[in-house]
Amino acid sequence: MKMTGAQAVVNSLQKEGVEVIFGYPGGGVLPLYDALYDSPLRHVLTRHEQGAAHAADGYARATGKVGVVIATSGPGATNLITGIATANMDSVPMVCITGQVGLSIIGKDSFQEADITGITTPITKHNYLVKNPKDLPRILREAFHIAQTGRPGPVVIDIPKDVFTATIDYDYPEEIVLRGYKPLYEGKKKEIDEVAKALQKAKKPLLFVGGGVISSEATDLVRTIVDQYKIPLISSFMGLGAIEAKDPCNLGMVGMHGTVAANMAVMDCDLLVGLGVRFDDRVTGLLAKFAPKAQIVHFDIDPAEVNKNVSTQYRVIGHLRWSLQSLLESLEHKIDTKVQADWTLWLQQVQKWHQENPLTFKNSEKVIKPQYVLQELDRQTKSNAIVVTDVGQHQMWTAQYYGFHRPRTLISSGGLGTMGFGLPAAIGVQMACPQENVLLVTGDGSLLMNCQEIATIVEHQLPIKVAIVNNHALGMVRQWQRMFFQQRYSHSTFHNGGTDYVRLAEAFGAKGLRATTPEEVPQVIAKALEIEGPVFIDFQVCSEENVLPMVPAGASLDQMIEGVVD
Amino acid sequence: MRHTLAVLVENRPGVLVHVSGLIARRAFNIESISAGHTEEPDMTRITIVVDGDERNIEQVVTQLSKLIDVIKIIDLTEEASIERELALIKVKATPETRSDIVDIVEIFRAKIVDINRETMVIELTGEERKIDALCQVLQDHGIVELVRTGKIALSRNPGAAKNKE
Repeated sequence: MKMTGAQAVVNSLQKEGVEVIFGYPGGGVLPLYDALYDSPLRHVLTRHEQGAAHAADGYARATGKVGVVIATSGPGATNLITGIATANMDSVPMVCITGQVGLSIIGKDSFQEADITGITTPITKHNYLVKNPKDLPRILREAFHIAQTGRPGPVVIDIPKDVFTATIDYDYPEEIVLRGYKPLYEGKKKEIDEVAKALQKAKKPLLFVGGGVISSEATDLVRTIVDQYKIPLISSFMGLGAIEAKDPCNLGMVGMHGTVAANMAVMDCDLLVGLGVRFDDRVTGLLAKFAPKAQIVHFDIDPAEVNKNVSTQYRVIGHLRWSLQSLLESLEHKIDTKVQADWTLWLQQVQKWHQENPLTFKNSEKVIKPQYVLQELDRQTKSNAIVVTDVGQHQMWTAQYYGFHRPRTLISSGGLGTMGFGLPAAIGVQMACPQENVLLVTGDGSLLMNCQEIATIVEHQLPIKVAIVNNHALGMVRQWQRMFFQQRYSHSTFHNGGTDYVRLAEAFGAKGLRATTPEEVPQVIAKALEIEGPVFIDFQVCSEENVLPMVPAGASLDQMIEGVVD
Repeated sequence: MRHTLAVLVENRPGVLVHVSGLIARRAFNIESISAGHTEEPDMTRITIVVDGDERNIEQVVTQLSKLIDVIKIIDLTEEASIERELALIKVKATPETRSDIVDIVEIFRAKIVDINRETMVIELTGEERKIDALCQVLQDHGIVELVRTGKIALSRNPGAAKNKE
């Protein structure tokens, strides 16, 4: 069938089952936007391309489907960069279509020209510059395949303006031929059996659940292992929600702001089984003293993750659905009652640690404690909202005090730590899950980084509830300055202090509420949940609070700071 | 330890930048890199010499394997293989020193590829050490300019790298 390049792109998106696109038009992509005008695809116009990228990312994290974003050439495309890097660090499937100047003027420093394939090479799984219009269907097919298979990630397709307008014979390919790309789904049975043997010998095994468990939809298999063998488990930030927070085997988050029990369990276990984790420095602390008594097992689909940070004794490469299923089969014949008895003792020991060292904070009747806000949000939403966060103290308090019980209910920028992620990501999440309660927990610093997207929320009347943990400061920066820079608060407080978030929300047409005392907190939350449309709540919290416990950067996990004395 | 890797990639523009960029940003040290096309027109072979311990090399290989355009990577370090570099050396040569230099060139089985009143250009193919040795000897006469390629390597095994399991 004859059609233009732009029509070919739209057609291919439909063939891939895309329903929603996030984007922002401009000169370089005008032919594509013209083709979208006649298509049934839903397009969400954000107020900034970065917002579009995070929205597509949020959509992808909430659904597991590929998020799609469109931007124009040059500045439009460079505005996507933070969003692409964020998705890349957290292995989020995304396809980014960028416009490019015409083929004949590429490389001439033409108006709105930027070398996007060059710029995005280090932060994408793959990228394309389409030079021949007839390659478009093949490249779109490949891009979606690459984005969502193996270890997911973002793919950029840079399309020159005249490629959009050229006429081609359209035929969407069934087959994909990529000699260099063959992710391994079913690994080696031998590797599984070795892990099963190591487990049999272990007296203090510990499961370490990461984001890979969620993105590979393998939570039910981890659940079965935990139910059957009662092995204690810890979670990375990205793994929260994979297993119910209140499961008796779950010790919660590990690492810099992890629970005492989780960190102590790492220090004491004799076999640490990492499932879809990448042993980030925020998790391990001082590498030389990470899990000092343990042999380490690493399950991952990406062979490059093995031995990248932590030296492993056992590896299993493959899709977690295959490898965990195989592990269950292998364990069936190997684990006897004596082994189970050892594990029970170990479980009792870590549970005792967990009971003796709960996450706590000193509540107040005078000032609003941020942790209290999170507890109250958790209570009133019955731990059942999809919670999006920005980055900073509020993010860690959310991880600590909100109970995550389902996968894909914590949507947050883990690896890159992108402030400004939350508000636009919440748009994508609410678009993907219109029936769910979407709660955004953000800080005053993070919110201001992409606050223009309030306009997008209002335009679509997305019923997102936004909790602004407003401490008039860049809280996490301030906390580090307090602990490690002799309280020299260099440029970490908003001295103007005058941003009125209620009026900011109202200026965009959203509802704004405020709580200044602890007793107002439950009422304001209840009111916000009753209102149908978007609501922004300004919680004027105590600015002195620290996220605790804390393992200082580069310290070992048993060097936890549990209180601060000034 | 230095490792010689044969990296087979799709013959596409920018692929050398992808490969070298990945190695650089992951903080691995490239000793030499050379690229050229192969018996298959759509395949380029890049020979990379990297220095590092076993874990480092494992990471170089697994990280490079993640690139979609990388078809296969073979570590030739442990295999019996032919390794070559090419050098062109411009050396000062007066009528008095010329015959000396010709002797040296013959001993090394090198070739004189250009000559004028003041200089000569010598071409030598061989293993790195042989080229180093010639350069050292020629230094006495004064090297004006010197250019060396990166290393290329081919396994002595009868099969092709592309078919290796």
